Amino acid sequence: MTDVTSHALSKKAAAVNSSLPQRLLRATELDTRMLGMVGALAVIWIGFHIVSGGLFLTPRNLWNLSVQSASVAIMSTGMVLVIVTRNIDLSVGSLLGFVGMVMGVTQTEILPQWLGFGHLAIWIAAILVGVALGALIGAMQGYIIAYLAVPSFIVTLGGLLVWRGAAWWVTSGRTVAPLDATYRLMGGGPDGAIGAFWSWVVGLIACVALLLMLANGRKQRRKFHFPLRPVWAESLLAVMGCAFILGAVAVANSYPWPSAIVRRYATENNITVPEGGLFIAHGIAIPVLIAVGVGVVMTFLANRTRFGRYVFAIGGNPEAAVLAGINTRWVTMKVFILMGALVGISSAISTARLNAATNAMGTLDELLVIAAAVIGGTSLGGGIGTIAGAMIGAVLMQSLASGMILLGVDTPLQNIVVGIVLVVAVWLDTLYRKRVK
Amino acid sequence: MDTGTPLVEMKNISIAFGGIHAVENVSVDLFAGEVVALVGHNGAGKSTLIKILSGAYKRDAGTILINGEEAQINNPRDAKKYGIETIYQTLALADNVDAAANLFLGRELRTAWGTLDDVAMESETRKVMGRLNPRFQRFKDPVSNLSGGQRQTVAIARAIYFNARILIMDEPTAALGPQEAAQVGDLVRQLKTEGLGIFLISHDIHDVFDLADRVVVMKNGQVVGTASTADVTEDDVLGMIILGKCPPGAIPGPGALQIAA
Repeated sequence: MTDVTSHALSKKAAAVNSSLPQRLLRATELDTRMLGMVGALAVIWIGFHIVSGGLFLTPRNLWNLSVQSASVAIMSTGMVLVIVTRNIDLSVGSLLGFVGMVMGVTQTEILPQWLGFGHLAIWIAAILVGVALGALIGAMQGYIIAYLAVPSFIVTLGGLLVWRGAAWWVTSGRTVAPLDATYRLMGGGPDGAIGAFWSWVVGLIACVALLLMLANGRKQRRKFHFPLRPVWAESLLAVMGCAFILGAVAVANSYPWPSAIVRRYATENNITVPEGGLFIAHGIAIPVLIAVGVGVVMTFLANRTRFGRYVFAIGGNPEAAVLAGINTRWVTMKVFILMGALVGISSAISTARLNAATNAMGTLDELLVIAAAVIGGTSLGGGIGTIAGAMIGAVLMQSLASGMILLGVDTPLQNIVVGIVLVVAVWLDTLYRKRVK
Repeated sequence: MDTGTPLVEMKNISIAFGGIHAVENVSVDLFAGEVVALVGHNGAGKSTLIKILSGAYKRDAGTILINGEEAQINNPRDAKKYGIETIYQTLALADNVDAAANLFLGRELRTAWGTLDDVAMESETRKVMGRLNPRFQRFKDPVSNLSGGQRQTVAIARAIYFNARILIMDEPTAALGPQEAAQVGDLVRQLKTEGLGIFLISHDIHDVFDLADRVVVMKNGQVVGTASTADVTEDDVLGMIILGKCPPGAIPGPGALQIAA
């Protein structure tokens, strides 16, 4: 895609001369960068699969991978917007720890006094407290950054220390466990997944939504007489998209519950386990569902709303944004509020998954989140980045980590590899951008 | 032309940055269908003065009248409400988004759902760009990929699309080749006939005499003098710029060289 100008003439000429993949790319208007990332992910997955002797690409490993990626993936969507506005947030890991402690104490020590243990409202209240606290702290940091003009690096570096200390203070360092039973479902596990039937339902809804989106896009283009994608390209996109969605569901649905849990479930529900064992699928894990939902909402915010447009405009040229009449300070503050709220959601998933809140939770997460965003194509110079890219970046980082664990690579070497991959990924990205220009 | 209420009247405007009087007690006016050129050295205060009118800076003192009524201009949005549009020297474009996003920046078209109506914005952009530069086709590219002239066209399109009554052009031809500069000149004349008032900041004295009806010369933050371009020569204006010497054809301002009587 060296020729991005759309002169009708040159386009026609190019279409005749170019090879099949090039024509495919032009007709489907897919982002080549994103395809490159998916390709890199595929290479990593297949590589680990071969080296580990067939352990990596199993339903079980992929399912676990999806659950492990959820927390960082959610935060990375917010970090994209933070970095796009030429800021940084170093406090997300500490904030995750602090919010997690507060949520833990809320559901195990404060609320049961009023509602009694195991009350259904407890998990909702705990999450609301977490998200609200995250948003409030984000607002505070955002205010200092946007209105008092203290660099975000400094403010959130301070936050990194403050919130880690605060996490300790909540219980003087004591770990809070176990957590509310319903709350725990957000962490995944056999109970924290929606089962085969509902997974198919979610998959079908997603497919229908994809088809509607494509149809609507076509309708809009026709209304304004813009060039349409060829029908075969539209169909290809629809088929590929649906195949991907349903394939992911199929993978989640072919990971069965462990036999011990099946036995317990069978005795509880008076089912006799047949000879070969009972196959009960996990289905999509709840944290993954939350992460995908966050991804969709954040993509919508970034691409389809004024707020998102302003975020990118500020990143591209802050002065121009001010001169265009955008209240850049308020937009910046909103970005940090959003980041804080997302940390609240991630914190709920992390604590639920561990079934405990500890004051060390989320240590160094800020670096994983920033790395995910950057590997996903977010430019630290501001103005460039995509939500989907960051989420793929999070999965990529987690794939490296879990693949190396499968291979029994020592922890120090794991860190060395991840560090090198980060630098190489960003280097390749700069090369790509230069070529595109 | 000097009859009736001026479209814009800036009276006794002052602004200081940390003790430096960038603009001191400046009064200028602009009538509908008129082009007033602001000239002077770098640092004379021209850009600062028009940034006060466009709402980018807040004045320390003075009043701004639009159509004879006092206007409250405290930020760029206020200025746009009065129909004041600005083409900045730096163009003030968000480089990472496309032409349509820049044209509608801060005034996005939205669907019934409150979401951005990108298709409608692109359609409008195609119309207005088609008028200014029919060969322009790169609607999907971020403006950083465009040439200087194309970027200038985007900035101009943004200024005229919203039915401006008062247009401020800060060095509109500085980044352009001769042909594109001529196009901008044609556009200025066309907008003038449509009844817009235009403030033109330029270093090019030929441009000024070519396009402007009146010229206001600034030096060290003060007005040296105001003159109709018919009443003075290019050398007169150069003398005003360099020496602050007010020729007979001009009305002297507070910054005029005081000749010891």
